[in-house]
Amino acid sequence: MTVVMREPTTDGRFGEYGGRYVPESLIPACLALEEAFREAWADPGFRQELDGYRRTYAGRPTALTAARNLSAELGITLLLKREDLAHTGSHKINNVLGQALLARRMGKTRLIAETGAGQHGVATATAAALFGLRATVYMGERDIERQALNVFRMHLLGAEVVPVTSGSRTLKDATNEAMRNWVSAVGDTHFCLGSVAGPHPYPWMVREFQRVIGEEARGQVAGELSTGVPDVVVACVGGGSNAAGTFAGFVDTTARLVGVEAAGGAAVSGGEPGVLHGSRSLVLQDRHGQVAEAQSIAAGLDYPGVGPEHAQLGGLGRATYVTVTDDEVLVAVRRLAEREGIICALESAHAVAWVLRAAGTVELPAGSTVLLTLSGRGDKDMGQLMEGLR
Amino acid sequence: MTTTLSAALPLTGRPLLVPYVTGGITADWTELLLACQDGGADAIEVGLPFSDPMLDGPTIQEASDRALARGATVESILADLAATPLRVPVVVMTYANIVLRIGLPALAAAGVSGLIVPDLPLEESAATEAAAAAAGIDLVLLAAPSTPDDRLREICARSRGFVYAISVMGTTGERARLADSAATLAARLKAVTDLPVLIGFGVSTPAQAVEAGRAGDGAVIASVLMRRVLDGATANELAADVAAYRTALDLGVSPGTPHAEISGHRG
Repeated sequence: MTVVMREPTTDGRFGEYGGRYVPESLIPACLALEEAFREAWADPGFRQELDGYRRTYAGRPTALTAARNLSAELGITLLLKREDLAHTGSHKINNVLGQALLARRMGKTRLIAETGAGQHGVATATAAALFGLRATVYMGERDIERQALNVFRMHLLGAEVVPVTSGSRTLKDATNEAMRNWVSAVGDTHFCLGSVAGPHPYPWMVREFQRVIGEEARGQVAGELSTGVPDVVVACVGGGSNAAGTFAGFVDTTARLVGVEAAGGAAVSGGEPGVLHGSRSLVLQDRHGQVAEAQSIAAGLDYPGVGPEHAQLGGLGRATYVTVTDDEVLVAVRRLAEREGIICALESAHAVAWVLRAAGTVELPAGSTVLLTLSGRGDKDMGQLMEGLR
Repeated sequence: MTTTLSAALPLTGRPLLVPYVTGGITADWTELLLACQDGGADAIEVGLPFSDPMLDGPTIQEASDRALARGATVESILADLAATPLRVPVVVMTYANIVLRIGLPALAAAGVSGLIVPDLPLEESAATEAAAAAAGIDLVLLAAPSTPDDRLREICARSRGFVYAISVMGTTGERARLADSAATLAARLKAVTDLPVLIGFGVSTPAQAVEAGRAGDGAVIASVLMRRVLDGATANELAADVAAYRTALDLGVSPGTPHAEISGHRG
């Protein structure tokens, strides 16, 4: 069997996916970043410093919560990995602390980032404030409208937020704009990419920075389950960073890995091979090769691509990718809130929605044990929830 | 008719002029190609619009969006191209996703002579280089101001037709002056290649084109022309614009200048 979720090949490939499809102008920056990451990741001093910030700043390890009420109702054992409890309200801080430390180590003075729901933008603005770096966050105009709270948070943290008016005015276009800025500012600027997407080394590096989710959960779950590992590990997938970090902790076990995509942004489930934002992966596109505009209630999953490693895991059958609809997501947010007292992000609610639907069916038989990564909290979504649940 | 780039772009000391047109930007966009030819183009770069043009500034983005919004597809653009009788060769510029989808034979069938793919660096271009060679298309590689010397040599060794010198660290788009990095990069390239070195990205006036012709072997003129078309310029007006670049390039560098001598040495 193919060994997966290790280092990609030297040209940044996960099977047939990945690579480094960027303009020549950016190649030296990508090579320098790869070298810096390799060095730092092998340096115990860097690991120690990152670990310190994770514990004393980001609030790690995050809790593992047994969702006892829902478990009883669904006839399964549901354990929640609580990334919603991490500082800034989502798993994004894990990656950003790593990249900000790396940027500082490389002598960069400015971070740029793309953001959809604003969670990665907030995390980037946070790390920039902490480490005395400047930050510019690119955000689609449409997302700025529906995530006003996070825009204000970024401003409060001292970041500049640039509205992106091209294309679908969402995450895809924000990513284009961040890459354009990176080309012109590569001397002093680090592109703090928020997902396991983009050119090599990003998919690998971001997965490594998010691996902490899966590694913590592995240990925590072992204390809860007599079997040691759960039957199923489930997480939502947009670009796929929280899922990649979670899966990395369980890929060498018998656990089934399930990634839940938005029905309107399901690149693994409905995409075709293509090149977007610097890597070859599965991409929603028309027959002419024009990239489609995703449609999801969750701005963070409103993305027509997916990280190349997910395309590989899906192709190999090591992970399964499923979709849920916006309506199922709204029901899931309410049910988790009412039963467990946890208001999760619309993105994370995709994973919950799948569990609600699958429990008791052949997909997730009664008695199954499930680890679900709750990637973020729902505070940012109140405006949309007030609309959607009215 | 397919003309090889090397035949169409001789290094005689006369600076080369390659205007750019976004395919499908207007209903009668092939008239714009004829206008470029009439204006004195040595070759014409045709952009196949892509939904996510990572290396393009606002003008080419707008031109691409307009073409796609009009309903232009890669297929329709190639069909238009095949039906347009041009004496000068066409170099297609588009992104990797489009190239991987349509394949090189479709470009060759439309009479395309060359191809530029800005998000296909050396690491990713081998398969496309082979497919282009098999289809009789010159794959033109790009060099950037940030490219180190060893890569520059490899780019020159593997590029076909000409080498595209990206004038500045940035995206395409009109600029007030030609960046100093343009001349520096062109000189570094000319030290290691006999291929024509064309400077592009932001060459926005005939005077800047003359500079590019002195530093390298000519210029690609893109955003400034598409801005004119987006603002409603007719084919005749575009032909006049292109002719102004042609005249400036021809007058700006005359035989006997150091540039021509350098060209002569290269044989």
